[in-house]
Amino acid sequence: MAPPFDLNNDGVVVIIGSGAGGGTLGNELAQKGIDVVMLEAGARHEYEDFINDEWDSFAQLAWTDKRTTSGDWRVAKDFPNLPAWIVKAVGGSTTHWAGASLRFQEHEFKTLSTYGKLDGANLLDWPITLAELEPYYAKAEDKLGVTLTNNIPGLPGNNNFKVMKAGADKLGYKECHTGRMAINSEPRDDRNACQQTGFCFQGCKWGAKWSTLYSEIPKGEATGHLEVRPNAMAIKINHDASGKVTGVVYADKDGRLREQKARIVAVAGNSIESPRLLLNSASSQFPDGLANSSGQVGKNYMRHTTGSVYGIFDKPVHMYRGTTMAGIIRDEARNDPSRGFVGGYELETLSLGLPFMAAFLNPGGWGRSFTTGLDHYDHMAGMWIVGEDMPRQENRITLHADIKDAHGMPVADVHFDDHANDTAMRNHAYKQGSALYEAVGATRTFPTPPYPSTHNLGTNRMSEKAADGVVNKHGQAHDIKNLFVSDGSQFTTGGAENPTLTIVSLAIRQAEYIAGQMSAKSI
Amino acid sequence: MVTIYESKPVHETKPALSRRELLKRGGVGALLVISGSAVISPEHAWGLETSALKPETMATLIQMARDIYPHDQVPDKYYAIAVKAHDEQAGKDPAHKDLIEKGIADLDLKSGKGGYTGLGWEEQRVAVLRDIQDTPFFQAVRGGLVVGLYNQKEVWPIFGYEGESYSKGGYMARGFDDIEWL
Repeated sequence: MAPPFDLNNDGVVVIIGSGAGGGTLGNELAQKGIDVVMLEAGARHEYEDFINDEWDSFAQLAWTDKRTTSGDWRVAKDFPNLPAWIVKAVGGSTTHWAGASLRFQEHEFKTLSTYGKLDGANLLDWPITLAELEPYYAKAEDKLGVTLTNNIPGLPGNNNFKVMKAGADKLGYKECHTGRMAINSEPRDDRNACQQTGFCFQGCKWGAKWSTLYSEIPKGEATGHLEVRPNAMAIKINHDASGKVTGVVYADKDGRLREQKARIVAVAGNSIESPRLLLNSASSQFPDGLANSSGQVGKNYMRHTTGSVYGIFDKPVHMYRGTTMAGIIRDEARNDPSRGFVGGYELETLSLGLPFMAAFLNPGGWGRSFTTGLDHYDHMAGMWIVGEDMPRQENRITLHADIKDAHGMPVADVHFDDHANDTAMRNHAYKQGSALYEAVGATRTFPTPPYPSTHNLGTNRMSEKAADGVVNKHGQAHDIKNLFVSDGSQFTTGGAENPTLTIVSLAIRQAEYIAGQMSAKSI
Repeated sequence: MVTIYESKPVHETKPALSRRELLKRGGVGALLVISGSAVISPEHAWGLETSALKPETMATLIQMARDIYPHDQVPDKYYAIAVKAHDEQAGKDPAHKDLIEKGIADLDLKSGKGGYTGLGWEEQRVAVLRDIQDTPFFQAVRGGLVVGLYNQKEVWPIFGYEGESYSKGGYMARGFDDIEWL
């Protein structure tokens, strides 16, 4: 049967979310002839519609529905209703992401075994290994067109990269290059080559950066097996007396509640919305929310240990010109506890335009200490720290007791406290980043605090045992066999790497598993 | 409504407070002239008409904005544009009008008999601002400036930020890798 699919069609797979996880899973299933209805809370903007303007683009793409925050993280003070900078639109955060596509390291799948028990950390080994995921990483790299894989040339280095590289050489770092980027260095897969426009975070107007919006989704739609429903906000997942899920209640563009019946439901709304939906689907049979017999739904929220370092030089840099994140140093990504922390971090080039620099350089800051930094905006270079943070049960998504959204659904509260290991890592990275810029002549450096989270992970984590997590190694709920989690919320731990490549790899692997289980009539 | 318009030379506008009088009072306010319901910069040929807030309040707000985010190379006009939203909001929301008028009155009170703009040194004015930096008034003014000042496309070139680049074909042929001093 061809789309649009009937609401009462209970043979479809309903996927909630159209980003890296949901968008990939949807296309992979459609390619196998499986009918998919993809519910996306946001609108559909094609890439020509993206805006080279930070605030206007934010208004177009960002998820700005109210959320609340608590905990000792600075975001809770500076941006109390914006814990995350993620996207509400078809394509999800693959419209906004920078494109960095790194494989996890072997030890990052075995953190409990490698790091040992840490006070205040809820570490656990993944139920899969790097070796098991490698074939899927290879497929994902080919799908995304990752530079420096599959004989794809690297991107040329922009000014910001050249400053980073010069400093990396001075510090003796060995692995510094323009990155493994899902941004075309030459035309590939019907997508343009990068034109060094900047504004990667605002959606690539050339379509040079991989996004499910203009790769997976149209390919899936071309099969006649994928229907994307924009402006469809999932509210609740229904189940029957046997405990199997049966459909998804969503608010349509006019705010009317609909129910799409389903054979299988896959949740891929990012690590705040996915647990929110499972928790909001509580019933008399599942009083703590769906798939939550372990009590782990919403817990172990991770956001990567981040921060930025900006340096000011006596000569111009123009860091904002060109690909935002095509520059990486990997030397600190190793696990080397002699540095005073477990796990590691990447250093990646980063630039903000003047409007966002003013908002994020030192939120709440004012006076000349702040403004003399901005005065030298065109003499600035910038880098982002992205490192492994510790999962903590206390860091969690909960349903707000009082505040509800337009559909009457409780908003999510995001609680986060840094673990001592996170703080030690961030401070180490600040020192290294500052030293790097000073080595090439920076006259001033800025240890800039983390932005609202872009890498939201871990709130429906994978585990070998049902008691330790929410889903198994296929992202299938331990408690409900026709319910899956397909986004970064299934990460057992976060690794030091930008998560998208791993999310896509897991989605490809999950699609194989779902198709196999459907053929075998097990689900 | 608040409009920014090109002003007539000061001798034609017959300001309620002459430039000479303002100069006599001292302080940075001397650069801005109050005329009827408008704040006028005779030096730079612009004016800001207020409708809800007192023009004196607006003139002090402009100085306060500069003291919060001082950029010596950015003309007053852009600070005026950045704070004019408070006049618009005050027209719609009496509580906001109250917040701003009382906030400025309090600022003047804390600044001694010459008022806030009567304090000649930025350090003196900043010391007063430090006293009130946790108040809703200060946070409303500072928070509004983050977007109000820095999101004006006209100020971007002053900072060397080039803005939109897609229509120009990006920076592929326009200097994405033109750094030479390394």
